[in-house]
Amino acid sequence: MSIETPAAKAGPFAHEPVSIPRTMGLVMLALLPATLFGIVQFGWPALYLFVATILAAILAEAASLRVAGKPVRPYLMDGSAILTGWLLAMTLPPWAPWWIGAVGSLLAIVVAKQVFGGIGQNLFNPAMVARVALLITFPLEMTSFTVPTPLFSAHAPGLLESLAITFGVQGFDAFSGATVLGHVRTELGQGHALSAILPEVFGSVSGAVGTVAGSMGETSALLLLGGGIFLIYKRIISWHIPVTMMGTIAVLATVMHLVDPEHYTGPYYHLVSGATLLGAFFIATDLVTSPVTRLGQIIFAAGCGLLVYVIRTWAGYPEGVAFAVLLMNACTPLIDHYVKPRVYGRDRRGQPIEYADDAEVQS
Amino acid sequence: MKLFKIRGGVHPDDRKQLAAGQAIESLPMPALLHIPLQQHIGAPASPAVRRGQRVAKGDLLAQGQGVISAPVHAPTSGRIMGVGSYPAHHASGLSVPTITLQPDGEDRWADHIQGVEDPFALEPEEVAARVAKAGVVGMGGATFPAAVKLNLRKRYRIHTLVINGAECEPYLTCDDRLMRERADSVIDGIRIMAHALGVERIIVAIENNKPEAQAAMAVAAADDSRIRIARLPTRYPMGSEKHLVQTLTGRETPARGLTADIGVVVHNPATAFAVHEALRFGYPLVSRVVTVTGGAIAQPRNLRVLLGTKVQDLLDHCGGFRVDPERLISGGPMMGQPLPSTRVPMVKGSNGVLALTVEETNEREPMPCIRCGSCVQACPCGLVPLEMAAHTRVGDLEGAVGLGLMDCISCGSCAYACPGHIPLVQFFNYAKGEMAARGRAKQKQAETKRLAEQRTARMEAIKQAKREAMAKRKREMAAKKKAEAEKKAAAEAQGGQEGQTDRPVRSASETEA
Amino acid sequence: MLAAIASLTTLGLALGLLLGIASRYLKVESSAATEQVAALLPGSQCGQCGYPGCGPAAEAIASGAAPVTICPPGGRALAEELASLLGVTADLSGVEDKPPMIAHIHENICIGCTKCFKRCPTDAIMGANNMIHSVFADACIGCELCFDVCPTECIEMRPLTPTLQTWFWPKPEAVAA
Repeated sequence: MSIETPAAKAGPFAHEPVSIPRTMGLVMLALLPATLFGIVQFGWPALYLFVATILAAILAEAASLRVAGKPVRPYLMDGSAILTGWLLAMTLPPWAPWWIGAVGSLLAIVVAKQVFGGIGQNLFNPAMVARVALLITFPLEMTSFTVPTPLFSAHAPGLLESLAITFGVQGFDAFSGATVLGHVRTELGQGHALSAILPEVFGSVSGAVGTVAGSMGETSALLLLGGGIFLIYKRIISWHIPVTMMGTIAVLATVMHLVDPEHYTGPYYHLVSGATLLGAFFIATDLVTSPVTRLGQIIFAAGCGLLVYVIRTWAGYPEGVAFAVLLMNACTPLIDHYVKPRVYGRDRRGQPIEYADDAEVQS
Repeated sequence: MKLFKIRGGVHPDDRKQLAAGQAIESLPMPALLHIPLQQHIGAPASPAVRRGQRVAKGDLLAQGQGVISAPVHAPTSGRIMGVGSYPAHHASGLSVPTITLQPDGEDRWADHIQGVEDPFALEPEEVAARVAKAGVVGMGGATFPAAVKLNLRKRYRIHTLVINGAECEPYLTCDDRLMRERADSVIDGIRIMAHALGVERIIVAIENNKPEAQAAMAVAAADDSRIRIARLPTRYPMGSEKHLVQTLTGRETPARGLTADIGVVVHNPATAFAVHEALRFGYPLVSRVVTVTGGAIAQPRNLRVLLGTKVQDLLDHCGGFRVDPERLISGGPMMGQPLPSTRVPMVKGSNGVLALTVEETNEREPMPCIRCGSCVQACPCGLVPLEMAAHTRVGDLEGAVGLGLMDCISCGSCAYACPGHIPLVQFFNYAKGEMAARGRAKQKQAETKRLAEQRTARMEAIKQAKREAMAKRKREMAAKKKAEAEKKAAAEAQGGQEGQTDRPVRSASETEA
Repeated sequence: MLAAIASLTTLGLALGLLLGIASRYLKVESSAATEQVAALLPGSQCGQCGYPGCGPAAEAIASGAAPVTICPPGGRALAEELASLLGVTADLSGVEDKPPMIAHIHENICIGCTKCFKRCPTDAIMGANNMIHSVFADACIGCELCFDVCPTECIEMRPLTPTLQTWFWPKPEAVAA
């Protein structure tokens, strides 16, 4: 029985200075230092790949929006597609060919996001769907890492040479290397003891600063940590997911390391290696695909941490952040269904609270 | 005193500095007053005056009807111009029965207006009755008849009276000014209410952004050891009575219940002031303090206005608009309602008129929900607004109710915090309204069914009666015929006695006619 | 080969038997469904659905011959209730296109013929011979039966106007949520 009113909007008529573009923009700002570090460390090919991935994400988003008949401009300007492309690029081997990034972006935007209904509707983290799909489909390209060759250093490829690496047809055997996680994994598989393997590849300083082989944006633990703390300070994310996820990994690693130090690496190694920090602060905290309640987030993050450790330690892949996050994404609706805050004036079962000394006079 | 934590809430920029420094001043007598007959929750009052009648200030204009209702009095002396329909002080823009009064400029109180020497000598029932007669309603905006709340002691074991001076809505300063300037009167009103309720524990709760009001009330209450001043942290919605009571007592009001369920009655300082006026001087509620403010108002002010004054008169007195306002609102920005026009009258529950600029409202086109959970964190009731809105959007209102729609207090914290600028509150208001409409439709259907069945039964009864009448006549006819035949037979048997045969035939024809 | 045929046949027979038993013991009593539907219908026999009364309409709805959206006085709420009772999904988009209407009698044209109030299924019209009639808004269901019989066409169907108590905010048109 509603009628048209002159002022057809209900309150409130004040609003916190927040918006979706602002949220996305701040996340990108937080990613910027680690990204720049990655680009400097891995040279021009990394920059080319980064740009190609983001461009592909924007184009895929625009095309999808047009096909879906949605207004292109406001949705494109929300920044979510750029962020997806950005996060995906961070997880790619820096010298991967451009089409890896482009195909990844297409998978992320079209298959993992728009097919589900666009922003806010996707069940799985688009960047991680793309990464996992790429890893399974193109295992060679996705595991060909390169040792750091900082821009303008002696071994660094020049601008043109870099074009050939990113956009050329030929692969680049010369620079192949393995990540720390991958190397340790292989060596352990061959029966070597940790005390023999680790000192070669893993230093506590290089691990934290990130001067090691790895994905473009995953290596610098310190810069990622800084970005994450910035996001918590800006209240874009809360501490619950990163702290719980890293805590779970650290506890598991500590326990196993104490049990058998020759076969299980310690907590510090797990925290600074691979995608742990990127995952804990930027991937698992993805607003759309994580639970909405604090308790739910803690359960979700503990699950992520557990799966990361299990996959890294006993499963077939050296790195498990992407798989772990996707598996827990699938649990998010279930967590959100069962974990709800207690409603004011009701007990946990939803019944109105009753007090023993009820004030109502029995009459 | 010890305070307890509440869940959620937001910290909007309070913008109280715009009007907080302005002392309360009386608005000059307007040319015309439009006094709506429904300025409270409950049944509308029914008019008690005729067109053309002269009334004095404080004369009864309309009588309250039923238990939950309130009378309406003449805000000044003058002549009744008409009893008709006028746009309501309501977002819908609908018109309501309204009495139009032309002030004569004398502002003369009626002769019968008389106060009580010692209100504390009165029976509690008598205090409540006088408050009811003065038409006092909750002046924080809910407009629930104050006397009904003063009588709660009959059904509940009340131990505490809380005065809600939180004024957590941004911009509004009318309660702040009233407590600063008329602290003695407010405290007197509070003590009268405590007497009516028979409570020994009184808490005056004021947010920390009003230190002057806290100080003034503390001074005024110094002689009464029952009264304690609670200094509340500044947070929205601290002034929601259920959350205020939780902050003060640590107890949550049971769902779907009243604060009286846990022994607490909450009143507003402006209501306390109105009670003071009603008891000490016999003045009915005919005016109130209103904050006129917002970035678009040239000179923000706190005004004492007569009920029925047009919003336009208030705006004119405040120098009009500095810039074109984006929104014109009655009440605070969080829970206030948009005003359909500036010609609507001020009513008992309107505590503010805000003219907000584009920058202040910070409106944006809504975007899809990104499930960020800001609304879940902001909700003071422990609800999951994003899911309630999603269910409402696809029409699954039952689902929304299952998620706690009816526990939502429409405080607006969720919509305030939403980065997608989704009109969450409007979703919930719509859903609640639609559910109520469905309830009414269902009730009507049951009623229809009852009426239809009654009618069918009646029709059946009439038919049955007709049938029975017919059958009866048939029986009688048959009996007559039979009797006739027998008589005939008897006559024939007797034979030749002609004088006797005439009579049955005649009687049969009489029956026929 | 033979074994496969035999086992499949046995399986088929066993499952068929199970289905047969299920259909016998778990049978939905159609008369019970009709009764339940009839209990939900307004029972005013107004005939707006095209059936002669609520009884036949209930039968048609229960058997699936008529859609659950057939009853105009019941509106959307009834359609939803019927849909959930019968476990069907109904297209509710067409329901309640027109706002609820109630009859209004123009008193200056009314001749007091009593035809309308004899027809009214809910006794919503007050009046007597040669007296002007009037409508109880609360009881009127907008069935238009009176509208059709009035010899002077003094009855008008008016949309029910909202009051402050019944008005509520419209649903936001936003794409979002």
